[in-house]
Amino acid sequence: MLRFALTRALSLALSLLVASVVIFAVIEVIPGDPAAFMLGLNASPEAVAALREQMGLDGTLFTRYLAWFGGMLTGDFGVSYTYKVPVAELVAQRLQVSVPLALYALVLSTVIAIPVGVIAAATRGSVGDYGIMGATQLGIAVPNFWFAMLLVLVFAVTLRWFSAGGFPGWDAGLWVGMKALTLPAVALALPQASILARVMRSALIETLGQDYIRTARAKGLTRRQATVRHALRNALIPVLTIIGLQFSFLLAGAIIIENVFYLPGLGRLIFQGITQRDLIVVESLVMLLVFAVILVTFLVDIAYAAADPRLRRKR
Amino acid sequence: MRVPATLIAGAILSTFFLVVALASFIWTPHDVAALNISDKLQAPSATYWLGTDHFGRDTLSMLMVGARTSLAVAIVAVGIGIVIGVPLGLVAAATRGSLLDEIIMRGNDLVFAFPSLVIAILITAVFGPSAVNAILAIGIFNIPVFARVTRGGALSLWTLDYILAARVAGKGKARISIEHVLPNILNLLIVQGTIQFSLGILAEAALSYIGLGAQPPTPSWGRMLSEAQTMIYSAPRLAMWPGLAIVAMVLGLNLMGDGLRDLTDPRLRRERG
Repeated sequence: MLRFALTRALSLALSLLVASVVIFAVIEVIPGDPAAFMLGLNASPEAVAALREQMGLDGTLFTRYLAWFGGMLTGDFGVSYTYKVPVAELVAQRLQVSVPLALYALVLSTVIAIPVGVIAAATRGSVGDYGIMGATQLGIAVPNFWFAMLLVLVFAVTLRWFSAGGFPGWDAGLWVGMKALTLPAVALALPQASILARVMRSALIETLGQDYIRTARAKGLTRRQATVRHALRNALIPVLTIIGLQFSFLLAGAIIIENVFYLPGLGRLIFQGITQRDLIVVESLVMLLVFAVILVTFLVDIAYAAADPRLRRKR
Repeated sequence: MRVPATLIAGAILSTFFLVVALASFIWTPHDVAALNISDKLQAPSATYWLGTDHFGRDTLSMLMVGARTSLAVAIVAVGIGIVIGVPLGLVAAATRGSLLDEIIMRGNDLVFAFPSLVIAILITAVFGPSAVNAILAIGIFNIPVFARVTRGGALSLWTLDYILAARVAGKGKARISIEHVLPNILNLLIVQGTIQFSLGILAEAALSYIGLGAQPPTPSWGRMLSEAQTMIYSAPRLAMWPGLAIVAMVLGLNLMGDGLRDLTDPRLRRERG
């Protein structure tokens, strides 16, 4: 197990290294002069020169890369050009919206998907099963930003139960903050819940066909008992993997949803960074997001291997 | 062999959009670029079947041309994935366990690690928003998907007797890959292709929704939605049609993919029978 964890950790480090080189190349090498790119066509040469100095663009590519990557390791993400504050500060602020939003959506998606998937599997072939499968097909096909607009239309414009967007901050109270995040979380959760319910259903159907379930039934357990005691536990393993992977989808999906609801989260920050050509913000944020995704995948792998010893050997 | 109902339903929906997109080349009810401010925000009528937007443009015409944009972006993006990903997967399978295989597969993992939407945004930000850059951004993420599916399907074939026979007959790995492996994983690729196609349509809609896809005056469903959002209080109708179009097209492709999988996977077929 330790050896497995170590090789995975090594590959995690390697992935991060390659990812950082790719991001650095896309942002600092491809546009030519990043400072000129950031300031646009009408910038004065003095302004460009000043920004070049601030960004340390006069060094060689290699020293610049080292400075950027080394800075990230020590928590120094540079200073945003448009906001004039350290990127780390901006990130810390925005995480207070993005992480709760992603977790909220994750919880919603799981709480909906697991029972729905179990019911569909247990009543396989019934009208209910077909209904559930049809609904999840629809859920997967709906773009989350359009679903978000429909939610606004129904619950904010017509019923006036929620506000159409914005975030009052956690200082306004936990309940107020949660309320502001509810529609965005539902919009994010719907497609994920649909996928998860389908995974849950097929995993459970697969385990229900196993010999040990037949044995359990033969020794006198009812179908329900066999499902709950034996099948469900084993079927949850692939479901947990998907849940782990969905966290990163949720973080990335938030870029769009945060824009629909005008939420001051990471996604909106990255989007604003791009439209304002604030490459310093964009570069560090993309790296952070990639880091989060790779880290979650790594943790899922480890948890998976801990739960199922067969996987350690297989890799 | 019974044809799955999902396949029929999916094929009908997908064909419908294909026909609409093709028809838009020769005919739309109105000119999509024509701004008719005097006719702005009209309700559906005999002249404007689905009404008009805030510039007086005909919604139905824009939807028709939007279907074209959507399909074109998704087709080319899937094409990129197939043209680059499939050969990579074939090579990886043929040289299983070699350094080359390892490099290809780790490279795949790396692309998977990037949140695709973030990178798509990054690409369009650095190179400027356009349909072409949206295609590239979506296409890049199709490469590892096809490489992985190809390798997985090919690996199991390489252990079979008829491949061994071909090797004994003196055929090289490249020739075997093309003559014997590729035809036998085609069904896998077609199923995956349909899935990636529908994901491509969703991705294109998302990119053009945030303004990084096809640029005006080219109509696209995503941008129609972002424009409709600003008028959601006064003209919620405008937000309905493009959304419904996206859902119907994606649903059609997904159903078709499911149906094709059921049809080509004998294991599933037996279960149903």
